[in-house]
Amino acid sequence: MTSLLQRSHPLAEAATQRQQIEGTALRLRFDDALARSGLRPLVATGIETLQINVGKLCNQTCRHCHVDAGPDRRESMPSAVVDACLRALESGGIPKLDITGGAPELHPQFRDIVQRARALGRQVIDRCNLTVLLLPKYDDLPEFLAAHRVQIIASLPAVNARQTDAQRGGGVHEGSLVGLRRLNAVGYGRDPELLLHLVTNPVGAFLPANQSALAADWKRELKQRHDIDFNDLYTITNMPISRFLEYLLQSGNYDSYMERLVNAYNPQAAASVMCRTMLSVGWDGTLYDCDFNQMLELTLEAAAPRTIFDFTPERLARRRIVVGNHCFGCTAGAGSSCGGATI
Amino acid sequence: MSQYYDSKDLPRFAEMGTDSPELWEKFNAWYEACFRAGALSEREKALIGLGVAHAVQCPYCIEAYSTACLEKGSDPEQMTEAVHVAAAIRGGASLVHGMQMRNHVHRLSM
Repeated sequence: MTSLLQRSHPLAEAATQRQQIEGTALRLRFDDALARSGLRPLVATGIETLQINVGKLCNQTCRHCHVDAGPDRRESMPSAVVDACLRALESGGIPKLDITGGAPELHPQFRDIVQRARALGRQVIDRCNLTVLLLPKYDDLPEFLAAHRVQIIASLPAVNARQTDAQRGGGVHEGSLVGLRRLNAVGYGRDPELLLHLVTNPVGAFLPANQSALAADWKRELKQRHDIDFNDLYTITNMPISRFLEYLLQSGNYDSYMERLVNAYNPQAAASVMCRTMLSVGWDGTLYDCDFNQMLELTLEAAAPRTIFDFTPERLARRRIVVGNHCFGCTAGAGSSCGGATI
Repeated sequence: MSQYYDSKDLPRFAEMGTDSPELWEKFNAWYEACFRAGALSEREKALIGLGVAHAVQCPYCIEAYSTACLEKGSDPEQMTEAVHVAAAIRGGASLVHGMQMRNHVHRLSM
């Protein structure tokens, strides 16, 4: 598996993805679903989280990746954008910094970002793929993250190797378990101040399981089989974009998956979508409502600032959210967000 | 009829209520109550459903409960074991009838 970009695949273009998703004949369009729920226009309610996507470089090439990240990607947040993000974090009084990628730890300023955000007293989240902890230059990363009380949200789709490796690549399950043991060893998942949450995306064209029921099963399984501890489990629905969109189309599951998402539309989940309380920043500083809109290059509504350099909280906190049919992924069933189920 | 089973018929299942709505509603209410979490979890109930689907060899149920099992958090290994349990009961049920054969042979034989 290589990135769509490296293969010169048509879906590497955001416009091609948007045409596919918006051109699909659905019985209900997302915008209409919102209207029926009394939620159109969908409006932000504040900025509780600044999520920065520091780049697309990753040591893995997962089959479902919505970023089309991989070892070949070179997009990386320049230091001027990093500085602007940290200024926004401070001036906007935003309590939480969520660092994502790619593998965010591969960004040359990752540790600098963590230290500066923590010095501002902000909560910091690292979205970790676990195997990055095994790379030679990153041996001391668990200690660094623990010393700065960084909250870790780590990807693990399944408690069995076959499913994990099918989604994330051969040998990733075993590597992920090694990574989890290293995090446990420095106190993550065991010390109440060192939070380690796992995140699971379904390994295929189906919706995630009930989050709390699955968490109980996983806690038992990972403890019994591997003596691994974690705090919470987040279930995240796969979005029909980028490499997961490629998988859906290749496997002949696209139409039925979209139908499944539409049929599972939940107005309660729609009211609780994460974009209402977060602001997403692309590697080049462009602002988006969420990481998914970022990958589809759906920028903020016209009246809002374009980039983090123009950050003005009063013009962003009540902005209208830009939506599309891909948003059904966040409103199906119990809802889905970067923090798992929403209801 | 070109084929007896068509996956497009499954989403049309509710049409069974067309000429007998009262019975359909009663069936639905009972069915939904059966699969709600109780002493057994929804995941466990879906695995039972998958096993029974194989025992009664219903292709609609097999598709529906394969999806349900995945969406309740079971993995293919657990689902395969559930199918083996169903197959073992079916096989055992045939074999245990061998006792009827033996009893009957005993009655007829010297």
